[in-house]
Amino acid sequence: MTVENTAARKPRRSSKRVSAAKKPTGSEPQLVQLLTPEGERVEHPDYDRHVADLGPDELRGLYRDMVLTRRFDAEATALQRQGELGLWASLLGQEAAQIGSGRALRDDDYVFPTYREHGVAWCRGVDPTNLLGMFRGVNHGGWDPNSNNFHLYTIVIGSQTLHATGYAMGVAKDGADSAVIAYFGDGASSQGDVAESFTFSAVYNAPVVFFCQNNQWAISEPTERQTRVPLYQRAQGFGFPGVRVDGNDVLACLAVTRSALERARRGEGPTLVEAFTYRMGAHTTSDDPTRYRHDDERAAWEAKDPILRLRKYLAAQGHADEAFFTELDAESDALAKRVREAVRAMPDPDDMAMFDNVYADGHALVDEERAQFAAYQASFADAPQEGK
Amino acid sequence: MAVEKMSLAKALNESLRKALDTDPKVLVMGEDVGKLGGVFRITDGLQKDFGEERVIDTPLAESGIVGTAIGLALRGYRPVVEIQFDGFVFPAYDQIVTQLAKMHARALGKVKLPVVVRIPYGGGIGAVEHHSESPEALFAHVAGLKVVSPSNAADGYWMLQQAIQSDDPVIFFEPKRRYWDKGEVDTESIPDPLHAARVARAGTDITLAAYGPMVKVCLEAAAAAEEEGKSVEVLDLRSMSPIDFDAVQRSVERTGRLVVVHEAPVFYGSGAEIAARITERSFYHLEAPVLRVGGFHAPYPPARLEEEYLPGLDRVLDAVDRSLAY
Ligand SMILES: Cc1ncc(C[n+]2csc(CCOP(=O)(O)OP(=O)(O)O)c2C)c(N)n1
Repeated sequence: MTVENTAARKPRRSSKRVSAAKKPTGSEPQLVQLLTPEGERVEHPDYDRHVADLGPDELRGLYRDMVLTRRFDAEATALQRQGELGLWASLLGQEAAQIGSGRALRDDDYVFPTYREHGVAWCRGVDPTNLLGMFRGVNHGGWDPNSNNFHLYTIVIGSQTLHATGYAMGVAKDGADSAVIAYFGDGASSQGDVAESFTFSAVYNAPVVFFCQNNQWAISEPTERQTRVPLYQRAQGFGFPGVRVDGNDVLACLAVTRSALERARRGEGPTLVEAFTYRMGAHTTSDDPTRYRHDDERAAWEAKDPILRLRKYLAAQGHADEAFFTELDAESDALAKRVREAVRAMPDPDDMAMFDNVYADGHALVDEERAQFAAYQASFADAPQEGK
Repeated sequence: MAVEKMSLAKALNESLRKALDTDPKVLVMGEDVGKLGGVFRITDGLQKDFGEERVIDTPLAESGIVGTAIGLALRGYRPVVEIQFDGFVFPAYDQIVTQLAKMHARALGKVKLPVVVRIPYGGGIGAVEHHSESPEALFAHVAGLKVVSPSNAADGYWMLQQAIQSDDPVIFFEPKRRYWDKGEVDTESIPDPLHAARVARAGTDITLAAYGPMVKVCLEAAAAAEEEGKSVEVLDLRSMSPIDFDAVQRSVERTGRLVVVHEAPVFYGSGAEIAARITERSFYHLEAPVLRVGGFHAPYPPARLEEEYLPGLDRVLDAVDRSLAY
């Protein structure tokens, strides 16, 4: 059953509506798809041309990106279990949405992520170990947003969509032809900030692409708890186009995002892309999804796995041989090892670091508190260590 | 007497259950409060027992949660809303400050706003950004709001029900790092008034005033100080708006010294308010200036630094020594 049908046929009692069993399966009528779950290339009148340039090298590249991102993610999850990270938000299942959209970007485009965009970060060339500092608890960010045009992760839901819009307004004022992309989730779509970013971007014709990964859940709440119409349709009411893409199809995600970015560059304003995908794991390592969703739901989505699907296509086309896959496995192992070692070697911040960068111009009170705290800490240096 | 040992989390859960059971107008609302039972499981099992019309999973929108709670209250309901973490209350801050706090006065007292906003707050659990803050002063500063924080299971059980029964909006700060601490709850006793401070430990040399998560730290500090021959009184303020200044004054006039302890930044914090008032009220009884121990004028740091940031036993004892040295 599609989301549209659910909304149209059952407009009444809320208490009966929310049910995991009634969730849409992904075979949505409006879903842009270029690669079926079986790995077959299907034609699309509007979007084929946006991936017409992809040869075997590029296709293997997308595959490699997804595999390495998944491996990185799995390693981070393992590191959390081993106590090296305080928390981890896994992207498992969302690789195609992130790599497809991430590879659609130009270097001078600017990305505003949420907290799960590890695959997009990968596409931007952010060292994956930089992503871990925040989850390890040694910093609140860990990279210079301007060095890769990849902004810091944003934890407060939806805030970054306004930052992206403002940044895009600035791009337009500057007369530049770059574009901006804002990532957020289906849950975030309920926030006032997101609605306000739609309003501003439409009114100012800002060159921004809103990339909503509808992974079906906002912690324990299904998408139906956020909206009664398919999310991509929401754009229409604000006066710009919305499109729903198969979020597990990397080619379709690439094509649709490229198209939206080009539209932004041409000065035609914002687009909302709804990548219809699935969060295969828990919301974060603190979450227990067995309390609110069924295993069979995950099984249904596993059949649509973004990586398997491209693998089947590559194999069927003869674009990749066994040696390619073996080499990639070795590269994955090496990445995992590098990440593991880097995390273990990551030093705790200096005690005094909390007083750093509170203000750009400095602040007398911070200076005073820093000095007091330093003196207080120093008072322990001579004394025998007391148990806490 | 029905005395039971339970965690603060369980006490809050039982308290909500009791409130839902006794008053059909009570509603519980928030993100993930239904099936999941909240990320801290404070609402565990409530939707199962009271249904989706009473225990409501809301869209992911805090302004929406508080704004609709205001409307429900105007219609005669008593919503208890859950904000998932301290740092996520700010999308709702507008509704709380500009609407919830002022509507009773604007309507000449003709409408009541019995809305409780529950906020798990404070640090010490090794969380990421926005999950460890103590924004109570930002709410206490706003006229029209009442602000309270239990420090133990018994107060969790009783204070939440009292907050729900109050016809005023109450911001209910729950010390999240104490959720798993157990204490005795007498579910039939007559509780202290919601805004009364309580002497958590009697002493004669100095008063420590604290609330929420820092009460336990102060009790530990008092025990440690006793070994050094110092008699420390610990006052659990319980309410930050109003503050039971009479109780603080009584204690200070016995001991002559006061240290206020909280996790929130000291600058413009509740300690400043208490220090100023007590200096006015008890100037000639004070043997030392009122001292404050709390957070710094810096964003709450990443988890690996929170032990340095949070006032611990040592920093409290240091302040006790400084006060006694006058
Ligand atoms: C303003 C705010 N409220 C609540 C939270 C707690 N929270 C973190 S993630 C999340 C669910 C987000 O769901 P969605 O937007 O669908 O993104 P997903 O995590 O599924 O990628 C919630 C409620 C938050 N981070 N910010």
